[in-house]
Amino acid sequence: MKEPADFLAKEKRGPQNQIMINLIDLHKSLGGKKVLAGVNLEVRRGETMVVIGQSGAGKSVLLKLIIGIMKPDQGQILIDGSEITGLSEEERLRLNRKFGMVFQGAALFDSMTVAENVAFGLERHRRLGARQVREMVSEALNLVGLRGVEQLMPHELSGGMKKRVGLARAIAYRPEIMLYDEPSTGIDPIRADAINEMINKFKKEMGVTSIVITHDMASAFRVADRIAMLYGGRILEVGTPEEIRHSQNPVVQQFIRGEARGPIESW
Amino acid sequence: MNRQRVSRPIEVFVLNLGEVGLMFGRTLRALFGRPWEKRNFLYQLEEVGVKSLPVVSLTAAFGGLVFGLQTYIGFHRYIGPGTEAYGGPAIGLGLCKEIIPILVGLMVAGRVGSSMAAEIGTMKITEQIDALISLGADPIRFLVVPRTLAAFITLPCLTLYGDIIGMFCGYFYNVVLMGVNRSIYVTQTLTFLELWDIVSGLIKAAVFGLVIAIVGCWQGLKAEGGAEGVGRATTKTVVFSSIAILIINFFMSKAMPASLTGR
Repeated sequence: MKEPADFLAKEKRGPQNQIMINLIDLHKSLGGKKVLAGVNLEVRRGETMVVIGQSGAGKSVLLKLIIGIMKPDQGQILIDGSEITGLSEEERLRLNRKFGMVFQGAALFDSMTVAENVAFGLERHRRLGARQVREMVSEALNLVGLRGVEQLMPHELSGGMKKRVGLARAIAYRPEIMLYDEPSTGIDPIRADAINEMINKFKKEMGVTSIVITHDMASAFRVADRIAMLYGGRILEVGTPEEIRHSQNPVVQQFIRGEARGPIESW
Repeated sequence: MNRQRVSRPIEVFVLNLGEVGLMFGRTLRALFGRPWEKRNFLYQLEEVGVKSLPVVSLTAAFGGLVFGLQTYIGFHRYIGPGTEAYGGPAIGLGLCKEIIPILVGLMVAGRVGSSMAAEIGTMKITEQIDALISLGADPIRFLVVPRTLAAFITLPCLTLYGDIIGMFCGYFYNVVLMGVNRSIYVTQTLTFLELWDIVSGLIKAAVFGLVIAIVGCWQGLKAEGGAEGVGRATTKTVVFSSIAILIINFFMSKAMPASLTGR
């Protein structure tokens, strides 16, 4: 069987290849509707790339393609220089130890306790003893500012706490790449900012490469190294927060200002 | 236009059958892979097996009683008064080969198949299935294999348990309530009932277990469109698996030998 070992070996070689995630001409249709029509995007190692765009623009689909929940109709996804769309399901699942994903609604397993949720990826991706798993679970929960919640069930947590447990579950096994799907949606601005702080902390302390999907511009400017706008199934513009703020493109300007009138239809 | 109206349901049927077949193939392949989800499997054994005992007890008891009742009437009316005790083997045969496996299959389809579809469907629409994949777990291995294996093993056990209850209730109705000759009833039953009558019912029950779990998980994994989608998946699971059980039951009964001793 072809090992994704070449892929895993590269992770130890360090940042010789600066491009960590390279999306080349990605196409995806869902239910007969073209959602992505040739997306090209490069994300550098250790960088936080924020992808903005309207609801339904295909932002979440982009993340699902990267993590292997969906397969692209056409195009390539290169992770650390290796093409991954051709991998078998088994190889793809093994590869996911490189990724941590935070879901919009946290997507905690509701039949498991908080500790079991956080330990889930750890137990699958790393060979650890029960004690080590326990220690790493509390460490991950401490990292997101939660203590003493290990034995609670997800339905006993508030929305903000669920998001944080979701973060802890994704970061627990120390992935190299974090994918955040609308991390600040559905929680109050103060908790949303706390999540932003965590995204920045993971980048600073662990050097993770991140893709953040959002339509919350405050959050986008707070965490982004670069911002890419997805519009009409393609990446319309990529730039630093400053460049995006001063973009000449009327679509970008309308979106970041949140105006109903402009080239983007509001309904 | 007319041709379209006719061909559409056939197309849907073939497509669904293909999807179920594919799911079964993936489950079979995942069965031999690692990691082995032991904890999930034990939990499902309890869910499908132990927790179905009350409902199986009740249905088998009343199935046995009513079958005992009609057999009594049948022998009394057509063969003659005094021959009712000879109905023992007929009751045993009907219960073990057909009635109990079908009753258990239908009850488990309603109780367990629907809950599998609802649970997995809810996981699907709340992105928990996506979360499984993102954490490196195969949903088929993690969710479908333990449920399918548990149903495959527990359905024959539940059926055997139902056989005992049903047979006892058939005996109770005839011997205790209607006063037929106990000794004739028991010797006739032991003489004419073969081990194969019981085993063939258990084989069918194992197949029903596969059908219930695969259909429930397939519908759950297919669910979309919020709570309504989960509701639809649940209903479809009960309808599809119940119909499938009745159809498969007939063809298996027809295909399997009636007796292994040549009687």
